[in-house]
Order: sequence, then structure tokens, then C-alpha cells
Amino acid sequence: MERILTRWLDIPDLKKLDVYLANNGYAAARKAFFDMKPEDIINEVKNSNLRGRGGAAFPTGTKWSFIPKDSKKPVYVCVNGDESEPGTFANRYQFENDPHGIIEGILITCRAVGSHTAYIYMRGEFTVQKRSIDAALAEARARGYVGKNVMGSGYDVEIWTHRGAGAYICGEESALLESLEGKRGYPRNRPPFPAIQGAFGCPTVVNNIETLSNVPHIINRGADWYKAIGPEKSPGTKLVCLSGHVNKPGLYELPMGMPIKDMIYDIGGGMLDGKTLKGVIPGGSSFPVLNKEESERAIFDFDSMRAIGSAMGSGVVIVMHEDTCMVDMLRATAHFYHHESCGQCTPCREGCGWIEKIMNEMEAGQGRIEQLDLLNNISDNMVGNTICVLADSIAMPVKSYVTKFRGEFEAHIKLGRCPFKSAEAKAQAA
Amino acid sequence: MPESREVKFSDAALEEYRSLLTHYPTRQAALLPTLWIAQREFGWLSEEAQAYVSALMELPPAHVRAVVSFYTMFHRKPVGRYLLDVCTNLSCRLRGADQIVECIRNRLKIGVGETTSDGKFTLDVVECLASCGTAPMLQLNQDAFYENLTPDSTLKLIDELAARDR
Repeated sequence: MERILTRWLDIPDLKKLDVYLANNGYAAARKAFFDMKPEDIINEVKNSNLRGRGGAAFPTGTKWSFIPKDSKKPVYVCVNGDESEPGTFANRYQFENDPHGIIEGILITCRAVGSHTAYIYMRGEFTVQKRSIDAALAEARARGYVGKNVMGSGYDVEIWTHRGAGAYICGEESALLESLEGKRGYPRNRPPFPAIQGAFGCPTVVNNIETLSNVPHIINRGADWYKAIGPEKSPGTKLVCLSGHVNKPGLYELPMGMPIKDMIYDIGGGMLDGKTLKGVIPGGSSFPVLNKEESERAIFDFDSMRAIGSAMGSGVVIVMHEDTCMVDMLRATAHFYHHESCGQCTPCREGCGWIEKIMNEMEAGQGRIEQLDLLNNISDNMVGNTICVLADSIAMPVKSYVTKFRGEFEAHIKLGRCPFKSAEAKAQAA
Repeated sequence: MPESREVKFSDAALEEYRSLLTHYPTRQAALLPTLWIAQREFGWLSEEAQAYVSALMELPPAHVRAVVSFYTMFHRKPVGRYLLDVCTNLSCRLRGADQIVECIRNRLKIGVGETTSDGKFTLDVVECLASCGTAPMLQLNQDAFYENLTPDSTLKLIDELAARDR
């Protein structure tokens, strides 16, 4: 398969402007600025069936079309490079290796929705990555690709990077906007949606880094070319973040719709230490876990994953072998969401805390059997009762672990300790 | 970090701050980047540092405090010269993050969230830092990633950092 989003693996120094230009760089932007009307760009992206890569899989062209035409207020493009979903590490390499691909995608997006200012919101930990894209922006600005009068088109586009400071919730689009405005990252009630009232009260498009990186290729080679890669309704390649118990973890660009089994045994070089597969966390920590049987028949695209009750999310595949304690994995997941809950909504703030407390007891072997029902009950009361989906993001995994790995919870309770920790390790911990 | 330093931006930092303001339609939007400058200038965000930013930006002190306390990377107490943030989230756990934390604790004789008595090292655990394919990992001073760690490579890193000060 031709590499599209990870061209840097084939083209050394792609991050340098001259190398980027020598490899058809900014040709799509030129086409979009000189040969296409904004509505042509939106239609081409709509026709390509490109869907958002941040997790929600919303059709990108449709999202753009929600921006009011001839808005009296400025229109903003906000690029989500917060990349905090556990298991996700694609944007990071894109920032480091293909910053101009990101910039070109932003330019085209700005032109399509009538925006003159874009912000790239980056998670606070991405310092190396921020230096990389800031250097590329400086180079692009000096050569007339960013700033006033882009490529002599008479159209201005300013692009700024904005660094967060450590908060998972800022990857949620409305929290990201609050954070951009210099506030706590509290998700907003919707409506109004960002397309009408986003950054600074103005119409705003929020797109993921990986999503925008697809755009120059679609403009260059056309919607039909793009649709021919992978399933027609969710086409394109996907940056798959393979981690956990495989021999070759890492970032892989794969066609949409690859079986997870092939990722583990072929792409990933098989199970670590030759052990047996126990399960997979697909999509990111927010999504229902898969047991062995489900993992082995799962097809990795938006619709197939949804059909088996989980999700492709942000392209995560965390592989777990037979020695993995699923109770501990859920405990760590619960700790994460409790740590990251912004605290606005009671069901989430309290629910995440209760779940973590129960999971701590469970892993320590001090759980009680009736707490399994309690975990489900708490989760049911969190789903759909909060401003954003962080509550759902722990509730859904809880229900999946308790249902699919109930035996492991029962073993912890019966033994009074974690069966995966040896007596020796237990003595050491005490 | 000198402790008696006056809480005031250097000229270069002020210049940087003024240029930041041109990026946004509101002054408040520059708060996070300005706090980053403050943390770089002062080492951590003491009450005095927060008050300085609040005065500089003409923002209510309560707003500045609310923002500082929301984001985990802003230090509300001093940290050691070398801050070791070890990821203990899912993928890193599967690849032995607990052993990495354990070996640092044993070497430095400090617990998680603590600083060595000579002020050189602070150990903390953090959530996923987008390095799952190269797990386990740690981030040094909120900047460079150290990846594919083993207890040996971790201890070697600590020895190198300790030697830098001699």
C-alpha cells in the first residue's frame, strides 16, 4: 500500500520546506486558492467521504458546510492536536515529521470556510512537537505560504500554535475552545455548536490533525481516488496506534477495514513472548474492551467496530496477553478518568471517584460480589447525564470489563488478592 | 533556581508576552502561554508569580488561580532540577511502567510526588503522554521523552543527570 499520511518514512527530511515542495508540497493549496471556489473545496471533501479521525467519525465536508456563508464575524479554524486519549500517538509523529502537511491542510480548510486565523491547540507535553511545527510555520511564513497574501492570492491566513498545560478534557472540542480562550477547560453545553458560536463567540471549525492531513491529498488527487482506498463509507488510510503485548508496537498507516487479527499477528509481529491473546482495547481507553474471540473477528473501520459494540475511536489497538490482570487494567482506566474529570457535572465527578474507589478495593482483593452490580449501576447513572462524554468514556469500559471478564473479578474477591500477582510480589508490596 | 529572585519578567520575556498578544482577539486568551513564560522564568507558579501575571494581564487574581490549579503541568510548589514524569497509563503498564517507577524510587529513595533532599530530582507519575508504541517512557523536565525504558536504561539516565551537576 502507498503511504499517504506517513510519507516521511519514504521521503527523508520531508519536514523541511524545500523537500516538501519538491514532493508536490503546497500544490493542493495552490489549487484550492487559485482554481477552486470555497464551495468546490467543500464539495470535493464531502464527496471523498472523509470522516473525522479524532474519534467521532463525523463527515468532515459536512462539518465545514455548517459554517455560515458570509459570516459578519470572523471565522476560526481550530486544529485539535491535544492527542491525549490513552493509546493514541499519531499526531505526535505527524508534528515531528510532516508539519507542512498539517499546515497545508489548515490553509485549504481556512480557504474552504472563509477563515483567516487558525489555532493549532497542542497538548502541554508536546514541546518537541511544538518546536517542530513552529519552525515549519516560520519557514512557511518567510516564503509566503502563511500570513498576509498567501502565495500572492490576496487571501490572508495566520496560523498560531497554542499549548495546553496538562488536561485530557481539553481534547474535547468545546473544552479546547475554553482553554484557547484562557480559561479552565470546562466543556460547554451545546447548542450553540462551534460552527455557530465557537472560539471567541465566532463560527469555528474544529478538526483533528490527522483529518486535516488527508485534505491536501484529496484536493490533489480527487475524491474518487480517495474513496477507492478502504470501505467506501469510511475510506482512506488510518494511522493505527498499535501498542501493548505485541513484538512490534508502533504507528502504522493501514487501509481502513483491516482485521485486528492481522495487525497483531502480521503487522505487529505476533504476541510478545509467544503468549496467548486475552483481549484488545480498541479505539482508546474510552471504548468497550474486546475479549479474545471478539478481537479475532474485529474489522477495524468506523462502522464494523460500531457493529460489534465498540469503536475505532482515534485508531488505538492496545493488545493484552494472558498474564494481563483485567481488573488492574480497569482500575488504571478508572484512575485516569477520575484524575481527568473536570468536575463540572456531579454524575461524572462523583461517579468516577466511586468507580475508582471500588476498583482499588477490587484489585487489592477487598471487593465484594455485590459491587459488580454497583459498578454497573453507577455507570448507568453516568451515561447521558453530563455535559460531555467523559462520563460515558468510563461507564462504557466498566460495563464491558465487568461483563466480559466477570470471572477475573470473582477470582479477586474469592482469593482476597490479585491472582496475577505472585505471593512474593504481594509480600513485597505490603 | 535562585530563591530570592524578584518576581518580574525579564525584558526578553516581556517582549515575548507582547508578541503573544497579537495572536489573539482577547488578552485573556494569552493566559496559558503567559503562564508558561512565568513558569520558565520563575521555575514554578508561586502566589507572587500568579499575582504578577494577574497584574500584567489585568485579569482577576481569582481567574489566574482558577486556571493555574486546573492544569496539571503548572507547578504550584517548587520542583527539583530534574523532574521525572513516568507514564503509568495502560500501554506503559503493559510494558512494565511499574518497574520503572520502582527502580527510580529505590535509587533516589523518594516516593511519587517527592523531591530529593538536595533538590535535584522530583519523581512523579503521569497519564498517557502519546508514546505508547515506545512504552514504557518518561518525560524529563516536561520536555524530552525517554522511551523504550528498561530499569537499566532508567538508572543510567539518572546517573547521567546526577553527574551533570558535579
